[in-house]
Amino acid sequence: MPSQAAKAQEILLPVKTSFIILTLALAFFLNLLPWSGFGLLIRPDFVALTLLYWCIHWPRKVGLGTAWGIGLLMDVADATLLGEHAFAYSLLAYLAIILRRRVLLFSAREQVWHIFPVLLISQLAILLIKVYSGAEFIGWGYFLSSVTGSLLWPALSALLTILLRLKPDPDQI
Amino acid sequence: MDTQLPPLFKRGPSPLTRLVFFTLLSLLLFITDARFKYLETFRLSLSVVIYPLQKLATAPGLLVDRVSDFFATHSYLADENARLNQQNLLNAAQLQRYQALEKENNHLRRLLNARDGFQGNATLAEILYSGRDLFSRRIVIDKGRQNDIKPGQAVVDDIGVIGQVTRAYPFVSEVTLITDNDQTVPVEVVRNGLRAVVFGAGESGELELRYMPVNVDIQTGDELVTSGIDGTYPYGLPVATVSKIERNAAYAFAHIICTPNAGVDKYRQVLVLSSQTRVPENLVADPAPQTRSKAKKARRGK
Repeated sequence: MPSQAAKAQEILLPVKTSFIILTLALAFFLNLLPWSGFGLLIRPDFVALTLLYWCIHWPRKVGLGTAWGIGLLMDVADATLLGEHAFAYSLLAYLAIILRRRVLLFSAREQVWHIFPVLLISQLAILLIKVYSGAEFIGWGYFLSSVTGSLLWPALSALLTILLRLKPDPDQI
Repeated sequence: MDTQLPPLFKRGPSPLTRLVFFTLLSLLLFITDARFKYLETFRLSLSVVIYPLQKLATAPGLLVDRVSDFFATHSYLADENARLNQQNLLNAAQLQRYQALEKENNHLRRLLNARDGFQGNATLAEILYSGRDLFSRRIVIDKGRQNDIKPGQAVVDDIGVIGQVTRAYPFVSEVTLITDNDQTVPVEVVRNGLRAVVFGAGESGELELRYMPVNVDIQTGDELVTSGIDGTYPYGLPVATVSKIERNAAYAFAHIICTPNAGVDKYRQVLVLSSQTRVPENLVADPAPQTRSKAKKARRGK
């Protein structure tokens, strides 16, 4: 366990706001790629994952407000009802902030079991809004995105942590 | 700086309070967006913000297209060229006939004192991407308000109707395909002129003729074209072919499934028709109440 504690210490290096914005923009870009058909069905929600990462590791920089704003942009990009993704993402951020102390105790691979239900709940929120506004349920394949998303989590989490470790700014410590 | 301060005292509202706040805000947005159309300008301005990212996201696909275009073989291009030339000749012949017919038709219509038929322009647009919302069938095309695209215009390809512009942003617009769940197109059966409305069936990518009696005169293979009654789609564009009919006397209506003619999810280029159908006046709202209230105000003013 001491290694875990050391890791947590290491992560607490200051992070630049511009870096957070860059990662979120990149995730947004990945979401906007012309996915279609089955690819669209299994596409992990990169924005949700990145938001989760930042909410778990830097809840004071990225919180519900950011999540809500990005959700709004996602709504415009996807041409859905305004507020749909905004609501789902703010729910996601809330769950991440509530669970973060617990999640951080586990290794990235074990964190998957926390990430999966969180992603599932936010997808359920979208589904609920869709069904309420008159759409039909499109089948259980809809939840595949949560599965692929949580499978992607260890890789994404490791990548972002490495990138963070690469840019320690000695002047700011 | 703020990492040095103990974060204990300056946290602002609790996460739960924030969640409640943002949930209420989202609810407010749903209702305003779904019931009233006040948020369109808001949506437009946000769309301008994300336009660069949207454009950028289509770049990888375009790159692949360009590269594969570049490596297209000579024989393939020659074949295509020959085929297109032939098609062009055929089209030219048909066009000449069509022009003669149109003149004759206009002349006859003038004689009958009727309005001219469809004479709109068409804008060629390219499909940027198909919508990422799994629950609806939409595409986004690369022409918007800058190119005079307005919501409501019909979108066709070389075979038939594929949909209708539902939202026009400054640089892109959103087209709802005819196969979308609630999308309707007024049609006419070519064989006997029977009028009907065809509904999108959503997920299956098919269309459905609803509310037709069990003994209706429709056969498998019947062609459906737009009837032009709605004032949105010009008359006579091919829409679908009837593919399956289930007549069950236990139900009030026949179950009729149609397959769309146009490559609804196939091609990259589409035409946006600027229909200039004139809708008869006084169809919607009577402007009388407004003038009355004005009169009232004037009276009060006196």
